[in-house]
Amino acid sequence: MTAVIGKDVRQPVREPARRPGRWAAPPRPVWEEEPSRAGLAGKGLVLALACLAIVFPLWIVVVTSLSSRRTIDEAGGLVMIPEDITFVAYQELLSGGQVTRAAAVSLGITLVGTLFSMTVSVLCAYGLSRTGSPGHRWILMTLLATMFFSAGLIPTYLLVQSIGLTDTYLALILPSAISVFNILVLRGFFMGISQELIDSARIDGAGDVRILWRIVMPLSRAVLAVITLFYAVGYWSAWFNASLYLNDQDMMPLQNVMIQLVQKQEAPVGLGQAIKTGELSGLAVQMAVMVMALLPVAVLSPFVQKHFRKGMLTGAVKG
Amino acid sequence: MSHSTVPRSRAEAVTKENETPVASGGATGPRRRRRPPTGRPGLRTRLRRDRVLLLMTLPAVLLVLLFNYLPILGNVVAFQSYDPYISDNGIVSILNSPFVGLENFQRIIEDSAFWNAVKNTLVLFFLQLVLYFPIPILLALLINSVVRPRVRAISQAVLYLPHFFSWVLVIAVFQQLLGGAGLLSQLLRENGYDGLDIMTNPDTFAFLITAQSVWKDAGWGIIVFLAALASVNPDLYEAAAMDGANRWRRMWHVTLPALRPVIALLLVLRVGDALTVGFEQILLQRDAVGPGAAEVLDTFVWWNGVRNQDFGYAAAAGLVKGVVSLGLVLAANKVAHLMGEQGVYKK
Repeated sequence: MTAVIGKDVRQPVREPARRPGRWAAPPRPVWEEEPSRAGLAGKGLVLALACLAIVFPLWIVVVTSLSSRRTIDEAGGLVMIPEDITFVAYQELLSGGQVTRAAAVSLGITLVGTLFSMTVSVLCAYGLSRTGSPGHRWILMTLLATMFFSAGLIPTYLLVQSIGLTDTYLALILPSAISVFNILVLRGFFMGISQELIDSARIDGAGDVRILWRIVMPLSRAVLAVITLFYAVGYWSAWFNASLYLNDQDMMPLQNVMIQLVQKQEAPVGLGQAIKTGELSGLAVQMAVMVMALLPVAVLSPFVQKHFRKGMLTGAVKG
Repeated sequence: MSHSTVPRSRAEAVTKENETPVASGGATGPRRRRRPPTGRPGLRTRLRRDRVLLLMTLPAVLLVLLFNYLPILGNVVAFQSYDPYISDNGIVSILNSPFVGLENFQRIIEDSAFWNAVKNTLVLFFLQLVLYFPIPILLALLINSVVRPRVRAISQAVLYLPHFFSWVLVIAVFQQLLGGAGLLSQLLRENGYDGLDIMTNPDTFAFLITAQSVWKDAGWGIIVFLAALASVNPDLYEAAAMDGANRWRRMWHVTLPALRPVIALLLVLRVGDALTVGFEQILLQRDAVGPGAAEVLDTFVWWNGVRNQDFGYAAAAGLVKGVVSLGLVLAANKVAHLMGEQGVYKK
């Protein structure tokens, strides 16, 4: 694998069979000096430590959530090396009760909210991407200006309360449904789509809705994936609006239940029995809830990762 | 669906004759809007032609008007002795509450808790600027120098991950590591020392907050810098190497100048946002640490308004913060323009 380094660097096109593996370094340009061993080791060490700082805490959380009461007691708390794997904590949490309901609430709000946010954002971004329509500039300015000011927590709270959204799930979706930044990213992407393509569809008789659905959106899958992830993560992670606008404990989403569980060290309702009988460690339950909160995000985001840079690039700097 | 034959702009009308736009998925930037000098169809024609486009923006515009613009009017409670018990409906209460002039603002000036919140906010802002801000730049330089594609992709995936975690989760993770019953205390006790509860210690709170921010978002911050680094013309490196510049001189004379506009932009954004220092993150830990160290401007507003139901007072504090913040954003942009950078918006 390493034998290819430094060979044939002048050859512009490599034959496929001799392409280096994905772990190997691609050939360096001739003018670049060979890296020193110490330099490579130092770089590797720093990078490994940075990654370890992120992975190690997550590892402990996952392992402890899968450990039996005996292992946790022997370790004196958190478990670093798994000894026995048991899913008791998850079984207990998902067999009905507070956490099951909260997870379902979070899932529902994330699905409905993301669908709503994406619909509104994509429509708006497309509407603004075809410049030259009357009022186009005014609408853009109205949206852009919101990035510079905030009406404030108290007036927003009073408004949401006045229009009767308290104690409804709409309060968790509507006030934070759109992000102007996301709309700008989408718009930047849509504007890059060839005008000729759109014109030819128009000549064939397609209206704006059909053009958006059949031409613009299929060409923008990458950015749509990124923005969907941004919105979904936003809904999944949100807790503040629920704490502000919901009074009924039974309506609370997963993040709010996690606050009670981990920060205030309260046992989840309906689980007291399993903990008392000694079968289940309270610590494992806490960790299992944390894993439930991080799992969807940790599984989904790497798939979208390769599109991040493109999405950020078109939107972030254009503003 | 009726389609129009009126071209959307003159630029569009001439496009077909002069140039062939490149079919692309966003790599090319958005076309600059060209103002059609003459021959523009009348407003009514354009309204009819573009009514679908305008209708499409309507839901977003309505949401923004309702939740971003309408509440601005609600700031009148800052000048009232607002009584939330007049009615269940906030608007009715606002209409029936007595005006008290600047009394709320006078109370703020005399309130030592407010000034404590200002102090904490500024301390956190400066600490994050010094300790947090350089880290993504250094990490981006490091990642950019890694040439093995697999190593690069995996480390990026790991470093980006915590950005997508909720603050509740991040703080829970820190609790398990540094809390009174956390891993650090566990290890200390096993070796005969006393346990250590960093999560409730007011003296180290500012550093704890910064550490959490670094853990969660420093990796994500790399992206913008990597994009800037990727846009550097590789010929520049070759030319520099031909001129005898070694690795470090190439970084100093080629890489860093390429990053300068991005660094300036992010610095401007950060300074403009100086009074906002992690509201959710700090609110979640306010009770454990106590308001002495953990009260910032945003949590001050929340505490007085939502908890103490002293809405007029809280709104006044929020208004002060909002107005100062707006001034800071505009000033920071002005400075950026003066320095020859682009800033957040163009002149």
